[in-house]
Amino acid sequence: MSDFVQHIINGLASGTIYALVALGYTMVYGVLKLINFAHGDVMMVGVYLGYGTAFQLGRGSQSSFLGVLLIFLVAMAGCALLGFVIERFAYRPLREKPRLTALITAIGISFALSYGFQLDWVAHLGSASVTLLPGAAPRAFPEIIKPTEWLVFGDRDVVVWNWQVISLGIAVALMVGLQLLVFKTRFGSAMRAVSFDHRTAALMGIPTDRVIATTFMLGSALAAGAGLLYAIKDTAVQPLMGTYVGLKAFVAAVIGGIGHVPGAVVGALLLGLCEEFVVGYTSSSWRDAVAFGFLIAVLLVRPEGLFGRAVAEKV
Amino acid sequence: MTEGATQVLGERRPREPLLEVKELRVSYGAIKALHGITLSVGKGEVVALIGSNGAGKTSTLRAVSGMVKPAGGRITLAGADVTGLKPNLLVPRGMAHAPEGRGIFLNLSVLENLELGAYLRRDRAEVTKDAEYCFSLFPVLAERRKQQAATLSGGEQQMLAISRALMSRPTLLLLDEPSLGLAPQVVQTIFRILREVNGRGVSILLVEQNAHLALALADYGYVLETGELAMAGPGQELLASPEVRRAYLGE
Repeated sequence: MSDFVQHIINGLASGTIYALVALGYTMVYGVLKLINFAHGDVMMVGVYLGYGTAFQLGRGSQSSFLGVLLIFLVAMAGCALLGFVIERFAYRPLREKPRLTALITAIGISFALSYGFQLDWVAHLGSASVTLLPGAAPRAFPEIIKPTEWLVFGDRDVVVWNWQVISLGIAVALMVGLQLLVFKTRFGSAMRAVSFDHRTAALMGIPTDRVIATTFMLGSALAAGAGLLYAIKDTAVQPLMGTYVGLKAFVAAVIGGIGHVPGAVVGALLLGLCEEFVVGYTSSSWRDAVAFGFLIAVLLVRPEGLFGRAVAEKV
Repeated sequence: MTEGATQVLGERRPREPLLEVKELRVSYGAIKALHGITLSVGKGEVVALIGSNGAGKTSTLRAVSGMVKPAGGRITLAGADVTGLKPNLLVPRGMAHAPEGRGIFLNLSVLENLELGAYLRRDRAEVTKDAEYCFSLFPVLAERRKQQAATLSGGEQQMLAISRALMSRPTLLLLDEPSLGLAPQVVQTIFRILREVNGRGVSILLVEQNAHLALALADYGYVLETGELAMAGPGQELLASPEVRRAYLGE
């Protein structure tokens, strides 16, 4: 029984990280009907930005409250900027083109980031050297949040770690915040209008380019936050991490019904739980098979996802 | 009397110009939709643009409201050159476009659709008042204000499209086939409301296949044929002209 409870806790914890990444996928899909396959790689860039910031801060201050805050801020702001640049120069020129064009571009950006970051590129400025691209080798992510056991039940039968509670808290807060943003604000109704029909939205006076760019920036910042939580848990950072986590989050978003904000979170939590139970009771080799098997099963029974609504495609 | 290739009937009552379109050309890739058309809408005027399918009526409206970039020509609104401006920059200049296919946000409620029509306005109290005015024009919408727009009938969606366009307090209203696919009674209601809206000083550029209805409402009309203006004249004179009667009124 205590194993079971422990698995639930661990599953929810990894699910929340998927959830934060999945929210970005689902938001961008919501406004653009584009699967932004570069989303996971934007997350990876965020983790490296956080890594670099932590490195600059040094051992002493990187784990202080202000240090952690700064690391998250730099990573999230940097990714928001990256998201803006990607949207402006890669996707916007293709907006009126067939959707497949943008999709393939997204895959291209994904590869450019994940393989570009495997290059070693150190710039020498006088005596100082600046690492511009980190190289393929995985690096240990610093312990910016020192893992501590927050709650211990019985004789260490069930343990709740601090980072698990922190990431669950952040994910829930962000989900509630997004839900309020989308359904209670002026910007949110603009987003929903753009999502339904961006040409007509422009006729209402809505600056559609700005709405889409802002959505990209929000999604990318969320990804950076999620990536840092993932790196804290996994204690490692490497250029291909985004592809892996991104794919899982994409699965979660599709399971929940892509474009649906709470759906993405529920899908991610289900996926996290599902993986954890498989790993806990069988073998970790089955983890990915089960994750994608779960996706196939959901798509067979409910192609629109758990919360999505079936939409007839206009021909 | 002719002006270029356009046959012009009768005399137009002079008005202060609001919208002036000169030599407007629109292309979609290699396909030329408009070959240089010139028309105008005066302050307080209802102008109808009639013609058959594919004549370029919708393209004209789209170019005027900024949905497509003109390949050539000049569009002036209240004296200012607005050629090529994006739609969201034309709304604050007093233009509202109820597009082809109505463009209702089916995922939003009736009230949310209306509020989006007033997206650029900050005067909340006045916006609420205007929404109530729209509900008084079309009481059936008032009953459905909280309903998802997807549950509305075609006629109700058209009423919502017109109401939503009015929510920005436009000086110029562009309407694309408001009668399309609707029952005659509903069409009557909508045209009665258009007359009332015009009576409040809103100028209207109306695209219609239903030539009879459009010309009966319009002060002035243009006949568009394959991307060129074939005829122009006061609504009543066009209605009476044998060519129009033969080509568009089935006589």
